Amino acid sequence: MMQETRIALRFLGKYNPDSIEEFCALGGYEGLRKAVEMGQKNLIQEVSDASLWGYGGAAFPTGKKWSVVAATKGKQKYVVCDADEGEPGTNKDRVIMTGDPHSVLEGMAIAGFAVGADKGYIYLRYEYPQLFPVLEKAIDDARKAGYLGRNLFGSNFSFDVKVVSGGGAYVCGEETALLESIEGKRGEPRYKPPYPSEAGLFGCPTVINNVETLAIVPSIVLNGGNWYASIGIGHHHGTKVFTLSGNLVNRGVYEYPRGITLRQLIEDVGGGCPDGHRLLGVQTGGASGNIISVDMIDFPMDVEDCAAAGATFGTGDIMVFDDTQDVLEIVENLLEFFTHESCGKCTPCREGNTRLLQLIRKIRRGDGTMEDLDTLQDLCQTMKDCSLCGLGQASPTPVLSTLRNFRNAYLNRIERGGKE
Amino acid sequence: MIRLTIDGKEVFVNEGATLLDAARKLNIRIPTLCYHPDQEVKANCRICMVEVEGRPGLVPACAFPAREGLKVKTSSPRVRQARWNILELIFAHHSKDCLQCSRNGNCELQTISQEMHFDRDLRYEQAQRGNGKDLSSPSITIDPSKCIACNRCIYACSEIQTVHALARGKRGFNTVISPSYGRKLSESPCVGCGQCVQACPVGALSVRDDRQKVWKMLDNEEKITVVQVAPAVRITIAEALGEDPGVVSTGRLVTALKRLGFARVFDTDFTADLTIMEEGTELIERLTNGGTLPMITSCSPGWIKFCETYYPDLLPHLSTCKSPQGMFGALIKEYFAPRLCKSPQDVFSVSVMPCTAKKFERARTELGRNGYLDIDAVLTVQELARMIDQAGIDFKALPESNFDAPFGLGSGAGEIFGATGGVMEAALRSVYEIVTGEELADIEFKDVRGFEGIKEATVQVGSIPVKVAVAHGLGNARKLMDQIREGKADYQFIEIMACPGGCIGGGGNPIKNWAKMEHRAKAVYDTDRKLPLRKSHQNQAVKRLYDEYLGQPGGHLSHELLHTHYTDRSDLLK
Amino acid sequence: MQEQSCQASVDMSRIAAIAARYKDEPDQLMRILLEIQSCCGNSIPREAATIISSITGIPEAKIWGYITFYAMFSDKPRGKHIIRMCKSAPCHIVGAQAVAQAIGDYLGIAPGQTTEDGMFTLEYCECIGMCDTAPAIMINDSAYSGLTPESAVDLIKSFQQGGAE
Repeated sequence: MMQETRIALRFLGKYNPDSIEEFCALGGYEGLRKAVEMGQKNLIQEVSDASLWGYGGAAFPTGKKWSVVAATKGKQKYVVCDADEGEPGTNKDRVIMTGDPHSVLEGMAIAGFAVGADKGYIYLRYEYPQLFPVLEKAIDDARKAGYLGRNLFGSNFSFDVKVVSGGGAYVCGEETALLESIEGKRGEPRYKPPYPSEAGLFGCPTVINNVETLAIVPSIVLNGGNWYASIGIGHHHGTKVFTLSGNLVNRGVYEYPRGITLRQLIEDVGGGCPDGHRLLGVQTGGASGNIISVDMIDFPMDVEDCAAAGATFGTGDIMVFDDTQDVLEIVENLLEFFTHESCGKCTPCREGNTRLLQLIRKIRRGDGTMEDLDTLQDLCQTMKDCSLCGLGQASPTPVLSTLRNFRNAYLNRIERGGKE
Repeated sequence: MIRLTIDGKEVFVNEGATLLDAARKLNIRIPTLCYHPDQEVKANCRICMVEVEGRPGLVPACAFPAREGLKVKTSSPRVRQARWNILELIFAHHSKDCLQCSRNGNCELQTISQEMHFDRDLRYEQAQRGNGKDLSSPSITIDPSKCIACNRCIYACSEIQTVHALARGKRGFNTVISPSYGRKLSESPCVGCGQCVQACPVGALSVRDDRQKVWKMLDNEEKITVVQVAPAVRITIAEALGEDPGVVSTGRLVTALKRLGFARVFDTDFTADLTIMEEGTELIERLTNGGTLPMITSCSPGWIKFCETYYPDLLPHLSTCKSPQGMFGALIKEYFAPRLCKSPQDVFSVSVMPCTAKKFERARTELGRNGYLDIDAVLTVQELARMIDQAGIDFKALPESNFDAPFGLGSGAGEIFGATGGVMEAALRSVYEIVTGEELADIEFKDVRGFEGIKEATVQVGSIPVKVAVAHGLGNARKLMDQIREGKADYQFIEIMACPGGCIGGGGNPIKNWAKMEHRAKAVYDTDRKLPLRKSHQNQAVKRLYDEYLGQPGGHLSHELLHTHYTDRSDLLK
Repeated sequence: MQEQSCQASVDMSRIAAIAARYKDEPDQLMRILLEIQSCCGNSIPREAATIISSITGIPEAKIWGYITFYAMFSDKPRGKHIIRMCKSAPCHIVGAQAVAQAIGDYLGIAPGQTTEDGMFTLEYCECIGMCDTAPAIMINDSAYSGLTPESAVDLIKSFQQGGAE
């Protein structure tokens, strides 16, 4: 198997998360110290130089996000760590928080210093209850050791962190829905603008970063933005943590330089399909990612290359399925997911996902027509164009990509009246 | 100024304008559903989507800010496709019994469907929401099968009125608008104000329709069917029948009611004047004898139920006066019926109100005696308009008639009960003159007029400085009540109306917005100005009633017939 | 199969004590409601919601809207142990359906139902973040993955015997 390059996973298994002393012995919180020394402007420059992007799925440049919030005036600002890892096929953030909670806290504090925020929230999904005590102990230890709290390192920078719980709603991974949820409301996304950078949590300028992104930040501060940018393969910058799931021999969470090809991830890292089965297809990027066929996997994993190849970078999820699977059954499953998770605020997502699901079931039953395929296509376009947030804009992706890449699966069902 | 281009036409708008504002300036029509001019922008229905050059998806015109140099298309193929598809998604769950719907001809969904000329077969299975209609409330009917989940009612109920009777529950396709835990509206803290009905773009929330009850009695020759008409009704009935907002139609309204078959048509302005006599007396009594202050008006039944539910500890602040409807009801059964040598049960007493909460008030057992209720049916303006329509009456062409004696005379003071601040102004006109014995130099109290949420004034009444406040909309009422509870309110007299704008903004009126409300309010004050009689205590018919029957304001018989008591309803929150 | 009523055991003073910690901190609402739910028969019945409302000042309509939005809450009574079976794609692909079937068959209930003795409520849920060791389920607050139909039934049995908690 190819050697991993661990940045976000730098300390995984190397210290006992219960022990801040062990973390510090590895150089923990040195990034924060250095950040406070180098000053806001230099810090944001380093992160911008690193070409660090948001790894929660939206791939927004982190340096740019920070500089906007830093430039926005506000008495109170917030840093929110999005630990609402709800994307099916992704559990990297759980792995990071379980093994290395302090790097996440350190990243948050650095972000707080960069933007001028003194309060941080970790929005932890309900499904990771075992992590509450882990994170809260880490916060407590960091406070006692002087890495969180008032006047850190003798500066006038103060920062503290609170953990809040999700309640089982995928949509709260959408940043404004997440903010609503922290504010004690139904997690329905807000209309943007205003963006969280101007009016976020409790109306204050807010920076929202993913767990993985924040865990990488301390290393960038310590080693420089150019160091991180130089890690990628070829012209690619940095690393990405991938979650390999589905019909693979070596499922798991792995960190590789961006630019590694999907085929390498599936075959070299994942070890291919078990029991001698043949690879049929892959969904990349999460439940709302494109589903591509076996002949399409020779491209480097990075945002633009994925888009060019008709795949999705997203959260770095690689969900592989072999030739024993029915691709329409997978599409139906994904639509059940989106139907269940749509918040119901906007018409296209609330109504559309249910209608897509009904149409797929009709086709799978053998009652579908060619007109139904046109309807699917047409409705998907409207949902992409008109939905209020990323959930409804992206949920048609599995349908559209399979209509493109697995069209025969649909045609066979329609022609043969439901039989495979 | 921001310059942008919409459909190739240049337009200039101010900072803060949306694409919808800009398009309207160019007379380009963009369909809307969740958009309401008086509410915050929600951008959830997605019917107003337009194309902005350089942006990947479409954007909602109601929310997207106009920016310098934008190029916007409002009728591109992509926009037309998206709008049809969204309309189709709404249709696929909307019960399309438009021909029987209370909003037929006056429905925003119907209107945009007409404008968009959607004519293809639906491609989805019809699905309907909810478990059928909720008919439990005497004021409001919920039909979840028509709900488009736009959230306008929730905004009205929770944000404006702070009643919190309706919840947005569940999520996704199963999203419902309902009282908590799926209960009936009658089991919720709903006060029946009907502001949700006013906010609903479709027929999901509607006024409980009692027309059949009234038709039946009009056709019953053994009953004498009489009707009283609230001050606001003459302001909004013409509007409900298709005329402009603010067209006052008092005389035509009386004619229409007579044509419908009512034996007597009485003017609630009369008991509005009577209310001033009773309430004014009560205020003077409380001011001089150390009664509970501030005293708060009790004309608005939505407000009364709100106070009973949320502020039962402050009930002693409420004036014990019945509402003008309640006073009238008692007079009709106890004074009018005997004069015709009829038993109270032989007179069927109807009131026409701008108010849905009056339907609940009617059913209070305090408003009746010996096993019968004083008011037998309440019609809202909306229902009366339907009856006039149904009877084939051309309202516009009707001649004018006068109200019937003995309850046909009302003053301008009674008339302004219809607008927020009106009861206060009417009371001040009379209290001042009764206490001081002097004539007011200027009887128009402008400080208590207008649509500001909470208004204040101090009026020197003889030796007593009377500090007054006026609140309309229950959210504003809540602010005042919290002040009283905390002991921070130094007012002597407060007027509260449940509905924003007062009775002319009541839930039973034609569907409103603030622009229409301006016309209605102007009509109220214009009517007052034109009346020869503008002070309640100068109403000779009221005087005669006291002389011949009631005795003194605040006297024994007055107390028996014209005053009431209240009930702690905080159980509705338990 | 019946809708088990656990309300008899609901201790209203305990709910009030937890709700009193809210103190106008909306960011704490979720954890407070979760804690109340855990001592309320795994649900927030209306009786509890009215107490929460009167103490926190949050309208009951908002509380109900809130708990029916988030999948981890229930406004109807549930069993002592909640079995949440992940049905998201990564679990589905590697045999989640067979696991779910085995658990349902063993307990004799379908998803959404509670066993007659009030011990178990069976629910489907979406991704619980165990994709790389799927198929997975959660029982109460713990995740169990790498399941087969047989090992899943053994797991339930250990709960029945009180061995796992």
